Amino acid sequence: MRRIRQTRWGLAVAVWAIALGMFFPILWMFLCSFKTEIAAVAVPPKLFFRPTLENYYAVLQRADYLAFARNSVLVSLGSTLLALALAIPAAYSMAFFPTRRTRDILLWMLSTKMLPAVGVLVPIYLLWRDLGLLDTVFGLILIDSISVLPIVVWMLFSFFREVPAVILEASRMDGATQTEELLHVLLPLCTPGIAATALLSIILCWNEAFWSLNLTTVKAATLTNFTASFSSPEGLFWAKLSAASTLSIAPILIFGWMSQRQMVRGLSFGAVK
Amino acid sequence: MATVELRNVRKQFGNHEVIHGIDLLIQDHEFIAFVGPSGCGKSTLLRMIAGLEQVTDGEVLIDGSPAQDVPPAKRGLAMVFQSYALYPHMTVAENMSFSLRLSGASKAEREQKVRAVARILEMEPLLERKPSQLSGGQLQRVAIGRAMVRQPKAFLMDEPLSNLDAALQGQMRLELARLHRELNTTMIYVTHDQLEAMTMADRIVVLNEGNVEQLGSPLELYQHPATFFVAGFIGAPKMNFLDAEVKSVSEQSLTLALAGGASVVVPRPLQELKGGEKIRLGVRAEHLALEPEGDLRGEIEALEHLGPRAYIHARLADGARLVAQTDGDTQARPGDRVAFRVRSEATHLFNASGKALTRPGPQTPLS
Repeated sequence: MRRIRQTRWGLAVAVWAIALGMFFPILWMFLCSFKTEIAAVAVPPKLFFRPTLENYYAVLQRADYLAFARNSVLVSLGSTLLALALAIPAAYSMAFFPTRRTRDILLWMLSTKMLPAVGVLVPIYLLWRDLGLLDTVFGLILIDSISVLPIVVWMLFSFFREVPAVILEASRMDGATQTEELLHVLLPLCTPGIAATALLSIILCWNEAFWSLNLTTVKAATLTNFTASFSSPEGLFWAKLSAASTLSIAPILIFGWMSQRQMVRGLSFGAVK
Repeated sequence: MATVELRNVRKQFGNHEVIHGIDLLIQDHEFIAFVGPSGCGKSTLLRMIAGLEQVTDGEVLIDGSPAQDVPPAKRGLAMVFQSYALYPHMTVAENMSFSLRLSGASKAEREQKVRAVARILEMEPLLERKPSQLSGGQLQRVAIGRAMVRQPKAFLMDEPLSNLDAALQGQMRLELARLHRELNTTMIYVTHDQLEAMTMADRIVVLNEGNVEQLGSPLELYQHPATFFVAGFIGAPKMNFLDAEVKSVSEQSLTLALAGGASVVVPRPLQELKGGEKIRLGVRAEHLALEPEGDLRGEIEALEHLGPRAYIHARLADGARLVAQTDGDTQARPGDRVAFRVRSEATHLFNASGKALTRPGPQTPLS
């Protein structure tokens, strides 16, 4: 009994330590955003200081935050919707009509994530240029949805596999076509899983920086471009960079916090059924 | 309402053939049961009729027209699954009206039909509940109700009672038989439980390893099993089998030497038999009587008292085991040395390849 209690305490301390370790950079960034530039780089670091809003003022004056934020919202929602639209039928067919090659296809899809994105930068850039997709929201939606597609397919595939095939057979006996079976039976049954997949995809697309930095400049630039623009040639201004970063991650952080219950429910969908 | 006909239906999974060319005509209004041990192909056969499984070769005709390329949704059949397969996210009423919703029926029509079926199945108070709030028996009722709402040409039932406890099974058997009488719709019922088939079906198809062993009414199968397999599968307790050798053949009778040294005289079958030929003698428990002068001697191993009757499990001198039925108030005890007389006119004979040997004259029902 005592040993169990000790192990539990040990585990609790370890979990808190890891959580704080992961959260610390965000906290530090948040604190720095309220410091003066001098205080932000002071050694030893200052824990107590007079907070100021001057960095936020400066950042918002220099760039049109709302335009970047709007692009971020459009791109992360658009890519997620497009990825879901492609992945749902794909995962459905792989989960319920598997062939001998289904496993290979899944693994191949996942293997594309092992290729560094920079490896295809030049061909993608040339394609996007010729298709007139450079610096367009649609172009960015397209590339982001392609890059999250393997993860979305994998997640949906594993959620769909949890649904007993006999329920779909029952709907077929009830007169459902394949589309009706998908819309009225499979999707409602997998709502928690699909929601979790969508949330993860939104977060991944929101944080995506490589393609938005390389394929957009002004019109379709997202909050990752906004942040990056403050690590500028004029030298590093830590406090302003922190303010810009805080502004960039605040929406997704609030969104993630609000949806965490749904996320956990979805990710443990099969386990608690 | 419909006839269902199978013509030389085959099914292969990969290179493995599981159904080896089955011909069968299921009549309109008929209650037919497919029965057999697990893996005999009975569920596959049902799923091919439903359209959930492709037919590798042969034809499936529903009401006379080929259906093997018609999708399940268009065959007009309804199925009740062993695991019920209700839609967990819908209420009972929604589950039942799903097929009507798909076919575009109005809300009023849907409600009226669901109510009517719910009344027959006595489950009106359950209509607004979700499947997760129901017991096994209630789930079963909903599954049957969902099938009934469609007013299908035929009901397909895949072991619908096997997830229920014994008492509920008995009750549901009666209820299904009543439903069949009231609806008068063709029912195709798959089960591994010969008791379900015997008590409900008009005709039974006994399947074994993808072949039809025998097709007939419950009593036909019980009294005149065509093969050793059917004899052993139909009836509880199982038929007793004794290894025997033909000792002598006369005009009317056949004398058999049993492995334990005893000999039995039985009516002669139509088939030619030679002295020394090895055959198997089958006797049902109710055709063995305890008699001090009986032919078969052995020792009682166990007794099962069922009230009106009792079953004696005995071991013969040569080690063979058999079950005999006796009165419920029998004084016999385990360990007693006993002898059984065989009612020779009620015996069954099977040749080495498992085929039943037939007796001359009309096959009169045995008591």
